[in-house]
Amino acid sequence: MRRDILTSAIAVVLFTILLGVIYPLFITGVSQVAFPGKANGQQIHFNGKLVGSKIIGQSFASPVIGKNGKPEEKEEELVTEADPRYFQSRPSATEGGAYNAAASTFSNRGPNDKETEEVDAENIKAYLELNKPYDPSLTVAQVPVDAVNTSGSNLDPEISPANAWIQAHRVAAKRGLSLSVVDGLISKYTSGRGLGFSGEEGVNVLELNLALDRLNAGGK
Amino acid sequence: MTVAGWLTIVLFAVILTALALPLGSYMAAVYSGRRVLLSPILAGPEKWLYKLLCVDPKREQDWKGYAKSLLIFSLAGWLLLYLILRTQTVWNFTGLNPTGFHSGSWNVTFNTVSSFMTNTNWQFYSGETTMSYFSQMAGLTVQNWLSAGVGITVAVALIRGIIGRSGKSLGNFWQDLVRTILYVLAPLSVLAAIMLVSQGAIQNFSNYLTAHTITGLTQKIAMGPVASQEAIKMLGTNGGGFFNTNSAHPFENPTAFTNLFEMLLVLIIPAALIFTFGRMTGNRRQGYAIYGAVIFMFLGAVAVAYIAEAHGSPAQHAAGLHTGVIPGSTGGNMEGKEQRFGIAGSALFNVVTTVTSCGAVNSALESFTGIGGAVPFANLSASEVIFGGVGTGLYSILMYVLLAVFIGGLMVGRTPEWLGKKIEAREIKLAGLGILITPLAALFCTALATASHAGRASISELGKGPQGFSETFYAYLSQANNNGSAFAGYTGYIQPNAGNLGAHGVTFADLLGGFDMTFARYAPILFALAIAGSLAGKRVSPAGLGTMRTDNPTFVILLIGVIILVGALTFFPALLLGPIVQGLTGHLY
Repeated sequence: MRRDILTSAIAVVLFTILLGVIYPLFITGVSQVAFPGKANGQQIHFNGKLVGSKIIGQSFASPVIGKNGKPEEKEEELVTEADPRYFQSRPSATEGGAYNAAASTFSNRGPNDKETEEVDAENIKAYLELNKPYDPSLTVAQVPVDAVNTSGSNLDPEISPANAWIQAHRVAAKRGLSLSVVDGLISKYTSGRGLGFSGEEGVNVLELNLALDRLNAGGK
Repeated sequence: MTVAGWLTIVLFAVILTALALPLGSYMAAVYSGRRVLLSPILAGPEKWLYKLLCVDPKREQDWKGYAKSLLIFSLAGWLLLYLILRTQTVWNFTGLNPTGFHSGSWNVTFNTVSSFMTNTNWQFYSGETTMSYFSQMAGLTVQNWLSAGVGITVAVALIRGIIGRSGKSLGNFWQDLVRTILYVLAPLSVLAAIMLVSQGAIQNFSNYLTAHTITGLTQKIAMGPVASQEAIKMLGTNGGGFFNTNSAHPFENPTAFTNLFEMLLVLIIPAALIFTFGRMTGNRRQGYAIYGAVIFMFLGAVAVAYIAEAHGSPAQHAAGLHTGVIPGSTGGNMEGKEQRFGIAGSALFNVVTTVTSCGAVNSALESFTGIGGAVPFANLSASEVIFGGVGTGLYSILMYVLLAVFIGGLMVGRTPEWLGKKIEAREIKLAGLGILITPLAALFCTALATASHAGRASISELGKGPQGFSETFYAYLSQANNNGSAFAGYTGYIQPNAGNLGAHGVTFADLLGGFDMTFARYAPILFALAIAGSLAGKRVSPAGLGTMRTDNPTFVILLIGVIILVGALTFFPALLLGPIVQGLTGHLY
């Protein structure tokens, strides 16, 4: 008994040092040498400043400027509206505004919940309002599910190709680009399936939007 | 549903089996004390560890001695982790609390510590808004290793009891623990962590980033030493995420490939241990029979979940959303699911982590359809026998094997025998208790929480109608099974601001959950060790013509029948009130 207590006490301290300090430090050391970009979150710099992480989704809405010239706020959150010149990410319900990557959260909307239906209906409506003017043939039946449903992390960096193809009409019109150029960029930033069969194809929204900005800047 | 979706599921099972076979042989060699590939490197550190721990690995322990060491060690781990989490701010001098989080409150810390000690990794807290890097690595990561190690030692001790030829010895707990960590978990975990970083899981000690987006917004991005914890979290079937959204978070699970990789990490040891059992008993077919039974149930569960999720939810359909496959989108219930994993990758992942005691999630269980959500319920109702947690899965299913042998023996009218040993009243009593204790804890706690004001306080605003019952039931079922996945609306912690200033635990849910986990972890362990002790001393009689074989398809079917029957009898009424109601109705609440 006494021996077990002694051994246990040594064991928890020893294992804390080995597995809780040395192991993570070792992995950090190897990672920072071998894969520094990946280990630090694939940060993307644009025009010299940090604009986000390649694999963390973000909102492409702009702050709404109120009558007093300052960004409007409602309940301590910025009021924003979708910027039609950019591809829009999936809806996000993190606290403190969409795509708060310091507090990921599940939406926890139930499958049989009236509120889920209401939110879905609102999102369908908003999606149609944003995109239908530029793609008149768009109907409810074509609205992709990922454009309406929130993701797991609420930080999904990707949208489905179907979602991107629909938004391409709007973005092309707003930027004075041809649809084929925008569609070409979409396929450039579409990731394939894992090992060719696992998971789904997805379009990286941040990379795509940055490529568009670069294209426009270069063209002018 | 898509061809790629089904292909993912089938190929996953094939790859898993192909990898588990050699690992199973390797582990059999490790626990039999034979030289293995890594012996030249690790034999030195092993000896050195025994010296530091003041352990004589040659000292054999009977089941009581083994259990005593195990319990005292677990208690010591509990106390140290509680201390670390409660004194989070004291460790600020290490520079590993860049966001300045406060220490945890007593009730939620009680729950968290019990949760990590028992390999449950149920989380009422949210990682990136309450835990410092120091607490995550020196506190939580360590228990990820140790709780997994403890689980495996019990399985090994039980195997030794079953094959023991004479005497009472089950081996030495400390030796088994050290070998598990050194020879099994460490090499795999280091490789896995580096692999994950190479794919995009992060590993740093930076401050949270502030990005200025191209549309003029700012975004804060949480950082941390994620990959090192992620690897052992999956490998040890722990499942406690570094971030609140667990393996749905792109920094924990960045690509469709890592999703596949993480699922393999979860199942590799539980699957391999089944083959280890076959090897150590000297009859590999014993392992294959059990593997056949569990893989059959596993694939059945995946198929149901995939079909249900691909169909979409009543709420989606009521809103007018079309959930069929269209070019460029696979449709289905994408609420709470990530684009890169899709429906199949999410359904498969959640079955993988709910059949085991892992409980990691890559999508929101609460948002699964009624039937899709009933699958994790059903998996938990089978009490960790379909692969199960590392170690726990094997000793749990071996108790079911005993029960099946007993029932089979009654049917053919002979004294039941298993691997040459007579199964008598004592073993069946112990196995029966070991099997029933987890459902008992789960149902008792659910009843208490549903029937009391204090319990209902934890149900989320969104948990209306049967969803509220499902949340509650899932919470205590998951904790009793040491799983840790959640219908995440169920709260045990209120956190008004980041940095847990003014945060407080929900005492009722925290305490009930903590006791639920601890009781349902250690009671079955004691029963399993007692069975091992009781079998160890029995003499082996040669198999005769009338002996019921336990390595053929007939027995596989009998075993599946027993598992389903026990699970259904104990849980069916409760399941009817929650997920099944939701699955059968299109009604919205």
